Amino acid sequence: MAKKVALLQGNEACALGALYAGCSFFGGYPITPSTEVAEVMSKELPKTGGKFIQMEDEIAAMASILGASLTGAKVLTATSGPGISLKQELIGYACIAEIPCVIVNVMRGGPSTGMPTGPSQSDVMQAKWGTHGDHPAIALVPASCQEIFSETVRAFNLAEIYRMPVQILLDEINGHMRERIEFPEPGELEVIDRQQPTVSPADYKPFDDSQGDIPPLASFGSEYRYHVTGLNKAADGFPTAKPELVDAEERRQLRKIEANRADIEKNEEYLTDDAEFIVVAYGTISRSARYAVDVLRKEGIKAGLFRPITLWPFPEARMAELANQVKAIVVPEMNLGQMILEVERVTRRVCPVEGIGRVDGEPITPAQIVAKVKEVL
Amino acid sequence: MAFDYEQYLRPGKLPHIWCPGCGHGIVMKGLIRAMDTCGLEKNNTAIVSGIGCASRLPGYVDFNTLHTAHGRAAAFATGIKMAKPEMDVLVVGGDGDGVAIGGNHFIHACRRNIDMTYVLLNNYIYGMTGGQFSPCTPVGAKASTTPYGNPDPTFDIAKLAIGAGATFVARTTAFHATQIDKLIAAGLRHKGMAIIEVLDDCPTAYGRRNKFRSVIDMMKRLKEIAVPIKAAAHMTPEQLEGKVLTGILHQEERPEYCEQYQQVIASAQGD
Ligand SMILES: Cc1ncc(C[n+]2csc(CCOP(=O)(O)OP(=O)(O)O)c2C)c(N)n1
Ligand code: SF4
Ligand SMILES: [Mg+2]
Repeated sequence: MAKKVALLQGNEACALGALYAGCSFFGGYPITPSTEVAEVMSKELPKTGGKFIQMEDEIAAMASILGASLTGAKVLTATSGPGISLKQELIGYACIAEIPCVIVNVMRGGPSTGMPTGPSQSDVMQAKWGTHGDHPAIALVPASCQEIFSETVRAFNLAEIYRMPVQILLDEINGHMRERIEFPEPGELEVIDRQQPTVSPADYKPFDDSQGDIPPLASFGSEYRYHVTGLNKAADGFPTAKPELVDAEERRQLRKIEANRADIEKNEEYLTDDAEFIVVAYGTISRSARYAVDVLRKEGIKAGLFRPITLWPFPEARMAELANQVKAIVVPEMNLGQMILEVERVTRRVCPVEGIGRVDGEPITPAQIVAKVKEVL
Repeated sequence: MAFDYEQYLRPGKLPHIWCPGCGHGIVMKGLIRAMDTCGLEKNNTAIVSGIGCASRLPGYVDFNTLHTAHGRAAAFATGIKMAKPEMDVLVVGGDGDGVAIGGNHFIHACRRNIDMTYVLLNNYIYGMTGGQFSPCTPVGAKASTTPYGNPDPTFDIAKLAIGAGATFVARTTAFHATQIDKLIAAGLRHKGMAIIEVLDDCPTAYGRRNKFRSVIDMMKRLKEIAVPIKAAAHMTPEQLEGKVLTGILHQEERPEYCEQYQQVIASAQGD
């Protein structure tokens, strides 16, 4: 049977990917250029018996999805610019209380109201360091509408597996761009559900790490009953200030990422095998970069593309390997130098690393990238 | 027979953090009695709070409990109730938590008329952070950030809740201990958003600065300012000067939010 196809915006694909993953609760607050995610959810969720709520602000939207997630629901919110700034405190809450949730950030220019309808990739560092304190972070940066669909499904899987918030970073371009999508059949993409506790209710401890770094999360309203707090806590979920317990908890939360990089990291490489120059690009701009690589290859320049699909955790090991192979790295991004800091850090500058930054609301073109590579030649 | 509080308290979690003479413990006991009266089932009940001395209450009681971030309890609770409407959902918290930083969530939860019971412990001060003024601190009172007396006008929480659309609004004080559980129980039985404001005291951060010699003095004041709403009907404005009305101040029937959303689901599914 032929697959169902449609011409969809990235934001619409994101919402439909969430439904495919089993999302049953959306809490949001409208903001350009993310609003279509909410609009599709308001229409589609009730058809499945799910719940859509438009809250009074982004903080409330974030709070509502965390409350819903604790009842066992798979949850989503979507926002942009000022909205993602407002959500930061409760993103931290989701980290420390280990509550699965997916947050879509359709990046727009900033700071402040900035450029509501202009594309940007300027929340790279916020996605990692936006909330206070040390905490784990996962952020995905799909490039095409098809990939936005499948990466949204993966975002839900990662949130449920690792019991933490997962951010999907889109931008105004791929959020609003329309492309043909082939809908995967049910079962074609893996959908992972939350692990349930197997111990008796009397023995249940929501942060008990004796069986591994990711303790199962019971649902409110089930036979398990427990306490959740944003304070540092012991295995039983109750506050503690004992230095050794606080330290162990913080380290365990970071270990959820570090020990599972192989599962979480995802990159695409294009013509990197023999590359002497590589472009490192993500999201929408990776498409300009791929085009630029083709142009350069036609001119006999051995260029390649390294494209993180998981931006956080950053693909440190592979990036460092590639740096040892090439003569120079070019990093185009729609900000004034964010991911490039990470590239410089992990490659220890064994080769020159040159950035192309753009914050005028226009995308970085293939011609700009071609010119930059030739400049560093 | 004396009421058995232990059955609802989490073993090993006492002593609580509250100071001797703090009013919050009195409210906790009233809340427990009310939940017992209404037969709330432990597994099926969620108690949500924000941050503050009052917001530490959920940690002591044996239900599903969620100690969230400062001001955000009503929004978390809304998510729980929407996702699982069959659960009984309560919010507890202080005046600063509820109507300063959480004011926006408070009024919108009232407006939606979502079926929850919100017990607001109003000690008219930020207790936990050492006694800065709150939106409920009396004009002229001393707080750590009003060294010259408080210039800020005061919120009337009950009026705020009624204006915002709550369909059950009641008030009492920590002095009127037996009324606390009766009003909370009435709020729990009410379908829709129920706000129960309990005026209580913070001897440590407020009393000390404002010439209350003892907790008993503070309790006496609560006794003196409270006027049952029925009695108030026969009193002159002069007699009511400086008093607060107690009892059920407002109750009405209005469609409940989760039930309304069921109709959205029905429309979407084309029934
Ligand atoms: C976002 C944020 N801002 C400020 C604080 C500091 N803070 C903690 S409790 C509190 C006031 C609590 O007052 P109230 O809600 O009246 O409770 P009480 O302690 O009086 O019972 C404040 C300002 C915080 N925890 N989070
Ligand atoms: S500081 Fe005030 S509100 Fe906090 S526990 Fe002490 S008396 Fe109660
Ligand atoms: Mg207070």
